[in-house]
Amino acid sequence: MEFGFTIAAYAVAAVLFILSLGGLSGQESAKRAVWYGIAGMAIAVVATLIGPGQGLFIVSLVLIALGAAVGYQLAMRVQMTQMPELVAIMHSLVGLAAVFVGFNADIMINNVADIYDANGLVLGAVGEDGYTAIGLPKEIHDGLSSFGQLIAKKSGVEIGILRVELMLGIWIGAVTFTGSVIAYGKLAGKVDTSAKKLPGGHLLNAAAAGLSLLLAVLYMSDAGSWTLVLLTLLALFIGYHLIMGIGGADMPVVVSMLNSYSGWAAAAIGFSLGNDLLIVVGALVGSSGAILSYIMCKAMNRSFISVILGGFGGAAGEQMAVDGEQVAIDADGVANALDEADSIIIIPGYGMAVAQAQQNVAELTRRLRAQGKSVRFAIHPVAGRLPGHMNVLLAEAKVPYDIVLEMDEINDDFPDTDVAIVIGSNDIVNPAAQDDPNSPIAGMPVLECWKAKQVFVSKRGQGTGYSGIENPLFFKENTRMFYGDAKKSLEDLLARIS
Amino acid sequence: MKIGTPKEVMKGEARVAMTPDSARQLQKLGYDCIIETGAGDAAGYNDATYQEAGVEVAETAAALWTAADVVAKVRPPTEAELKKSREGQLLISMFWPAQNEDLMKQAADQGTSVIAMDMVPRISRAQKMDALSSMANIAGYRAVIEAGNNFGRFFTGQITAAGKVPPAKVLVVGAGVAGLAAIGTSTSLGAITYAFDVRPEVAEQVESMGAEFVFLDFEEDQQDGSASGGYASVSSPEFTAAQLAKFRELAPEMDIVITTALIPNREAPELWTKDMVEAMKPGSVIIDLAAEKGGNCKLTVMDEKIVTDNGVTIIGYTDFPSRMATQSSNLYATNIRHLMTDLTPEKDGQIVHDMEDDVIRGATIAHEKEVTFPPPPPKVQAIAAQPKEKVKELTPEEKREQEITAFKAQTKQQVTLLAIGAALVLGVGLIAPASFMQHFIVFLLSVFIGFQVIWGVAHSLHTPLMAVTNAISSIIILGALIQIGSSSLLITLLAALGIFMASINIFGGFLVTRRMLAMFQKS
Repeated sequence: MEFGFTIAAYAVAAVLFILSLGGLSGQESAKRAVWYGIAGMAIAVVATLIGPGQGLFIVSLVLIALGAAVGYQLAMRVQMTQMPELVAIMHSLVGLAAVFVGFNADIMINNVADIYDANGLVLGAVGEDGYTAIGLPKEIHDGLSSFGQLIAKKSGVEIGILRVELMLGIWIGAVTFTGSVIAYGKLAGKVDTSAKKLPGGHLLNAAAAGLSLLLAVLYMSDAGSWTLVLLTLLALFIGYHLIMGIGGADMPVVVSMLNSYSGWAAAAIGFSLGNDLLIVVGALVGSSGAILSYIMCKAMNRSFISVILGGFGGAAGEQMAVDGEQVAIDADGVANALDEADSIIIIPGYGMAVAQAQQNVAELTRRLRAQGKSVRFAIHPVAGRLPGHMNVLLAEAKVPYDIVLEMDEINDDFPDTDVAIVIGSNDIVNPAAQDDPNSPIAGMPVLECWKAKQVFVSKRGQGTGYSGIENPLFFKENTRMFYGDAKKSLEDLLARIS
Repeated sequence: MKIGTPKEVMKGEARVAMTPDSARQLQKLGYDCIIETGAGDAAGYNDATYQEAGVEVAETAAALWTAADVVAKVRPPTEAELKKSREGQLLISMFWPAQNEDLMKQAADQGTSVIAMDMVPRISRAQKMDALSSMANIAGYRAVIEAGNNFGRFFTGQITAAGKVPPAKVLVVGAGVAGLAAIGTSTSLGAITYAFDVRPEVAEQVESMGAEFVFLDFEEDQQDGSASGGYASVSSPEFTAAQLAKFRELAPEMDIVITTALIPNREAPELWTKDMVEAMKPGSVIIDLAAEKGGNCKLTVMDEKIVTDNGVTIIGYTDFPSRMATQSSNLYATNIRHLMTDLTPEKDGQIVHDMEDDVIRGATIAHEKEVTFPPPPPKVQAIAAQPKEKVKELTPEEKREQEITAFKAQTKQQVTLLAIGAALVLGVGLIAPASFMQHFIVFLLSVFIGFQVIWGVAHSLHTPLMAVTNAISSIIILGALIQIGSSSLLITLLAALGIFMASINIFGGFLVTRRMLAMFQKS
């Protein structure tokens, strides 16, 4: 097989990948788009397998099959509420793979350099034109793997650039790895979700980053591979410490940021391997993650930096005191109100996912719709722990997607709504974001559910949410608190609504 | 602290600033209450009912002024009364500070703090202590009753065996609180009620009370009542002329006219002229609620009832609230009690005179030996929502100009970004070899495509997007596949691990995406 064929296959794969991302603009086209992605991946892998310089064909196939088996299990077993965890742990795999591939490249450079030495030549030395590298004798050159040949042909400057690239790939990959593992731990509840920092806080991160830079310079000046190992360890630490310092509600941003990182790592590795497909895909994924992070940050009215630095910025002054009291209501009361209502908007949040209440919510929706009432869902961009998390949960429970609306689409409809039901959301329905300039979430766009004639809030207890911000919504005159586990409360409610 | 209420000294004033009910509430705020003997007699509360409510009874006015830390009154104090007060004492009463400047200075010099009930700002939060409104409400009601008393016919139309009675026609001029109360009373008695006000925005309120709003054929940028805190202000001469013409037209038909037009701190405007009175039928009644300020009708004699030569009765009483002393005392005492609640945030019987509070600041006219009138404009302005400022219609040229400016700004921004980006890329090109730049171009274009494509992704599909990007970022498997054939065992091992992990991701990612997408269903 010719080398040219592989490149052509890459081009086809790249186009398919782009189409597969572009197809996600609508629910229907998305179903087709995912096949484009699968086809692209298949073409790319097959072309590489049968391409030049591929050694252990059978072993590779076996490994892929093994991976496929594990992947299949994961994909089929995962519950939709666990999507954030799955995505996070998958990021960590990409990160780790990037680290391995990067290290391989470094080892290969050393190997090739040794071969040069053995033949009395210097790797990267240039010929008379001052540009083309003096290659190895042909018989030795042919004995190398394809990647080895690639390196052997490089000039000194190119080797330097190669090192920068693989270093970047390893560094980003390592940060992604530990970051994703911690994010996974936090999302799965295995690590404390509150923002935690080691003494020294961001100084520690800064110091680690500075040290990384120093090691990078050392590595570039041929100090040896130990610098690379140390660099990796530092990157692992940064990934760990960075994400430990970010609280649970900021996870949508963190996950999309890690998504972006895994892309950039792939792109950096692509550079060092001279593989255009890796570069294309890495750049696509990287920019996708970056845009998602941007959208999430915007939805929380916070700068990307402030999310990364962790925790909420200090309040600018005394927060408004909330007066009034939280008035509780029982299932009968809610059922009566729903019976009389014509238009209803449900606002789900992370609490619904935690309580696994989406099936009950969907059942309630079906019954109310059967009675001819208008039932719609309002989804805040950062509801849940993953961009679009609520949409997926509601889809799983078979809630039709055309009644699930975005914040901007539905926010103006609240004044004409009879009942708004808040299930497990807090900050995204906090009127303080608009009323209280001193609130830590001031300026964040929120769902204006308090403008509905009546608001029911399903909530476990009286405590404040993750962010610890008091929510004046709960004290409003038209708000009634429907205390209890969301799933249990909805079951009670369903028993009273036919 | 002790709150005391003396007997009103003004002749004919029957109201009292403290009722047994309000005293009970004040005691809950931690205050002791004291009242001058006989203060509530005219309002229907004798000393015994006060004592029952736990109120101490003082024998003389002097004793009361000495004992009380806070004195609550209805009418403005007389000079003699004010002399009885002492430094640090708080006086709460109607005051009319604009007319009683000397009195206000006297209070400030003496060190008496004065909260004028008539100066409570007209904002939503202060409505519960707005004594002017509660008194105006009573005046409006009483005006209709008083008119009925002097009018020889039914209000409502009737057809009886003894003959047909036409309904009375009532015109209410000025639809403020008093006007609206009068409208309500009059319509519920069955009269055909018309109402007029210079503020067109009250037409809706008038109609909601069941009266007909009298519109003028007059084109002018109508003043916005909410800008002046809900009060009317002076109209233009043209407007006044149009208004008088309309009244002249209505005058012969009307049986009862109730005028309530007042402009703060000014003489009442003349709205019902002599010729209108002459045009009215004999037996008609005019109630001039603005009599105290000169009257909306110039024939009005303050505090008296007169009958004109053509048999029209004009009533100029100024003591309508006092004529319903029990009701008005109740409301006034409640207003005072609400004010005290705001002055006592801790409910411990200690006054906190917070001059930062809009309401308290606005009503305080003398404090700590200084005259604090007039108050600064309140931070919260209007009662009614401010009408939205009209967006100026742009001429086509202006629009064009705006578009061009926006376009220019956008171009400038884009060009700047492009220039910086290009400079950076060129800078890289200067040092990097050609083989790198080839890949770099691919990279840049891919980032570009990525940004263009991802913006189009639906919000609801963000989770599938992440799963897909996750799957395809495992393209890193290609790197591992290339490397696995190496002669070095370490490389082979690491590459093998890489292949394994990446393929988990590929399959897991794509499968889970498919699973999710299959769940999205249309209704």
